[in-house]
Amino acid sequence: MRQGTGPQLRRNLTALAVVSVAYLMFTIFVTNSYYQLILTMVPVWALFGVSWNILSGYGGQLSFGHASFFGIGAYTVTLTVVYWGLSPWLGILLGMILGGLAAIAIGTPTFRLRGHYFALSMLAYPLAILYVLQYLGFQEISIPMHRGNPVAFMEFSEPRVYTLIAVCLLVGGVLVSLVVESSRFGLALLAIRQNELAAEAAGINTRQWKMRSLVVSGMLAAVAGGFYARVLLVVTPDSVFGMLVSAQAVVVTLFGGVASVWGPLIGAAILVPLAETLQAELGTYLPGIQGVVYGVAIIGIMLLSPDGLFWTVRDRWFRQKTAAPVPDLMPMSPPARPVSAHAGAPLLKVENLSRAFGGLKAVSEVSFSIAEGEILGIIGPNGAGKTTLFNVLNGVLSPDEGSARLAGQQMLGRKTFEVCRMGVGRTFQVVRSFPRLPVLDNVIVGAYGAGLSDRDAIASAVRALHQVGLQDESGVAAGQLTNKQLRLMELARALAGNPRLLLLDETLAGLGREECDGVLKVLARLREQGMTICIIEHTMHAMMRLADRFVVLDHGRVLATGLPRAVVEDTSVIEAYLGKKWLARQNA
Amino acid sequence: MDLEILIENVLNAITAGITIGCIYGLMCIGLGLIFGIMRIVNFAQGELLMLGMFASFYLVTGGKVLSFLGPYWGPFVGAICAGPLIFAGGALLHKFLISRVSGLRTAGSLDEGHYGQLIVTLGISLILQNGGQILFGSTPVAVRTPLSAEAYLVGPVYGAATVFLNKAKLIAFFVAILVAIVLYLTLEYTRLGKALRAAADNPTAATYMGIEVDTAYRIAFGLGAGITAIAGGLMATYISFGPFVGFDYVIIMYSGVVLGGMGSILGAFWGGLTVGFVQQFSALILPPQLQNAAIFVVFLMIVLLRPQGLFGRSAERA
Repeated sequence: MRQGTGPQLRRNLTALAVVSVAYLMFTIFVTNSYYQLILTMVPVWALFGVSWNILSGYGGQLSFGHASFFGIGAYTVTLTVVYWGLSPWLGILLGMILGGLAAIAIGTPTFRLRGHYFALSMLAYPLAILYVLQYLGFQEISIPMHRGNPVAFMEFSEPRVYTLIAVCLLVGGVLVSLVVESSRFGLALLAIRQNELAAEAAGINTRQWKMRSLVVSGMLAAVAGGFYARVLLVVTPDSVFGMLVSAQAVVVTLFGGVASVWGPLIGAAILVPLAETLQAELGTYLPGIQGVVYGVAIIGIMLLSPDGLFWTVRDRWFRQKTAAPVPDLMPMSPPARPVSAHAGAPLLKVENLSRAFGGLKAVSEVSFSIAEGEILGIIGPNGAGKTTLFNVLNGVLSPDEGSARLAGQQMLGRKTFEVCRMGVGRTFQVVRSFPRLPVLDNVIVGAYGAGLSDRDAIASAVRALHQVGLQDESGVAAGQLTNKQLRLMELARALAGNPRLLLLDETLAGLGREECDGVLKVLARLREQGMTICIIEHTMHAMMRLADRFVVLDHGRVLATGLPRAVVEDTSVIEAYLGKKWLARQNA
Repeated sequence: MDLEILIENVLNAITAGITIGCIYGLMCIGLGLIFGIMRIVNFAQGELLMLGMFASFYLVTGGKVLSFLGPYWGPFVGAICAGPLIFAGGALLHKFLISRVSGLRTAGSLDEGHYGQLIVTLGISLILQNGGQILFGSTPVAVRTPLSAEAYLVGPVYGAATVFLNKAKLIAFFVAILVAIVLYLTLEYTRLGKALRAAADNPTAATYMGIEVDTAYRIAFGLGAGITAIAGGLMATYISFGPFVGFDYVIIMYSGVVLGGMGSILGAFWGGLTVGFVQQFSALILPPQLQNAAIFVVFLMIVLLRPQGLFGRSAERA
C-alpha cells in the first residue's frame, strides 16, 4: 500500500458499506417492477463505469470502445446458456476471462497509439465485432428458461435478488478499483495520465501498466455485460456492442467524477434513472431522448466542471484540510556507492553516435566520455543537437549508429524505462511534472520506477527531497510550485531512483540569478556526494562555475572538448556562438 | 466465361472505386480542414455528413423546396445547397461549443485540448444522432432520382464484359471534383484562404499577424462542416440513410485524413479516394455485411503502420 492512503482507504470502505446497505434498504420499499429494473441497472452501469475509469480515468487512456468488453461478456453468457446450457454464474466467469484475453488482443496493437488516435481506434473494435456478429446471424438471441434449477440459472421470482447481485458485483468492482488506487498501480497510472514520457523516464514501464489496467478494466466490463444480458434476457449486437453502450461508460464516469472511485457510482445513480424514466415517459414521442440526455450531460459537465461532480463538490465544500502528513522518516544517508577501485575511469563512454531526422543530421558522430564523479557540461547554440543527444542516450529516440556504454553496459536499443533502471536519471528542458500529485508522490514515482519496495521507495523519496532542499514542500501539489522548485523536484525525482548518472537538460533555464545560485549549490553538493552529472546548459557563467569539463556541440558535431577555460577561448567555439563577423571585429 | 466475369467485376470495382472514392475524397477534405489543419478532434463529423444528407433530403424530396428543378437537377442542387446550411450550423456549433475547448484557449496545453474536444464532440454526436431520430424518424430514407437506377454502358470491353457507370454516382463524382477544385483554389490563392490556413495552423502566430483568429476559426470549422455536408448530399442520391449513418463514415473519414497525411487538403482527398478504392475492391471478396468491418481493419492498419501520421506534430521536444 502506498504512503498516506491508509486512512483514506478506511474511509472509503466505510462509505462503501454504508451506501450499499442504504441502497438495498431502499430497494425493499420499491414495488413497481419497472423501477426495480432501473434499480438493478444502476449498479450494472456503475460497474461498467468503474471498469472504464480504471483505464481511462486513472490511466488517461481514453477509450470510446469499451462496449467491446461489455458485449463479449453479454454474448458469452447468452451463447453458453443457449448452446451448452451453462449456468450464467459460470458464463459470467468465462466472460470475464474472455474479456481479459480480448483486452490483451486489443491492447497489444492499440497501445502503440496515443491520445485521440487511441480513442478513435478503440471505437473501431466494437463496431467491427458488431458487423461480424450480424454477418454470422446472431442478430437477436434470447436466453431460454431452465425451470429445473432456478438458482444455478439465476431465475429468481423476486426481482430484488437481481439488485442484490448487481450491488455485490459493483462492490467487488469498487474494491478492485480501491486496491488499484491505493497501490503503486494507481500511482503509475496517474503518472502516465499526467505525463507519459516523464513516467517512462522515471523508470515506469508505461506499456506494461497500461496493459494491466486494460486487462483489469476489460474483465470488469465483461462481468457487467454478462450480468446485464442475464437480467434483460435478450441481446442484440446493437444493445451490447453499440456506440451508446460505450458512451454510457464514458458519460456516467465523466459526469460523476473522473479518476475517483465514487465518480461512476454518482454518475450512474443520477443519469441512469433520469434517462430511463424519460425514455419510459416520452420514448414514444421522442425515441432518442436517452441519448440526447447523455449528450447534454456530457457536454455540460465538460464545459462547467471538466473533472466531474465529485471533484467539484469536494473542492467547493470539503476543502482538503491539510495535505497528507509527510511520513516521519529520518532521511537515510545516500546508499553507499561502490567507490570503484579505478576512480576516474569513464562511467559513460559514447562513441560515434549519430541520429538524423530526414536529411538533418541532428547528432553526427559524437564521441565523449564522462569519468565517475565528474560534472560534464554540454554546451552549444540552439539547434546544436544537445537535447536530441539526451533523447538518444535515454532511449526516447533510437540512434542511427554508434554506441553508448554505462560502466561497460550498452545503453542504446533499450526502452526509456530500462535505461532509467540501469541507473540513468533524467530531467527535461521543459519540466515534466505530475501537476496534480503532491511533491512527495511525484518523487516516489521515480523510486517506484527503480523497482524499490513501498517502504524503501518512501525513504528514498524523502532522502531525495532532503538532498534538494524541498522537504518542507513535500505535501504541496506540484502544480503550485515555483519554477525553481519544479526544477528541484524533477531533480529529486531523478535522484529517488538512486541513479549512477544524471542527465540534466537545461536545469537552469528560465531561472533568475539568485534562483540559479540556489540550484547550483544543490548540484555542487551532489558532486561532493560522488554523483556523476552530465548537464546541458546555455548560461556560460553558471557552467564555468560548475562543470569540470565541456563538450561543445554545433550542428550535431563535437566542436571542442576540454577544460572550461580552454574551451571558451577556443576561436571555433566563439565563432559558433557569436558568429564569424563578431570574431573578425574582435581581432581587428 | 469466368475470366470475363472476373474482368467485368474488376473493371466495375475500378470505376466504382474512382467515383465513390472521389466523393469520399470530398468528405475527407471536410474533416481534413477540421482535424488535419485546425487539429480539432471532431467526433461528430459523421453526424455533420448525416445532417448534409437530411438537409438535401428535405430540400428535394421531403420539403420539395427544390422540386421545381425536377428529379434530374434537384438532388445535385440540393446537395450543393446543403453546404451553406451546414456551414452555418457548423459555425454556430463552433461559436457556442467547440471554441470553448479548442483554439487559443488550449494552444500550448499538454494535449492541445484533444481530451476536451473528444468529450464535447462525443456529446454533440450523441445529441445529433438521437435528436435526429426524434426529428427525422428512424426509417431509412433516400433522395429519389431516377438517375440512381440508370447507367451508362461502356463496352463490351472483353468478351461480354461491360462497365456500368451509374448515372447518379457519375454526376455526384463530377460535382465532388468541382467542389474540391473550387475549395482548393479558394484556400490556396485568396486572402481569406491564406488567413484561414494561417489561423488554423498556428493560432498564436496568426494573432500576432493581425488575423482575427476567432472569426477565422469559425469560418474554417464551418467550411469543414459544409464540405462534408455537400459530400453527404451527393451520397444521398445513391444510398438510403437514417440518423445513425454517421458512424459508418466517421471511421472512413479519419482513415482518409490520416492516410493522406495531416494538414494537407490534397492529401485528405487522395486519402479518401484510396479508402474508397479499398472498400470497392473488398466488395469483390467479402460479403456486403463485412465491408464496413474491412474498413475498420484498414483504419487500424493505417494508424498502426504509418507512425509518421500518428503523433501529429511528432517533433515533440522532450
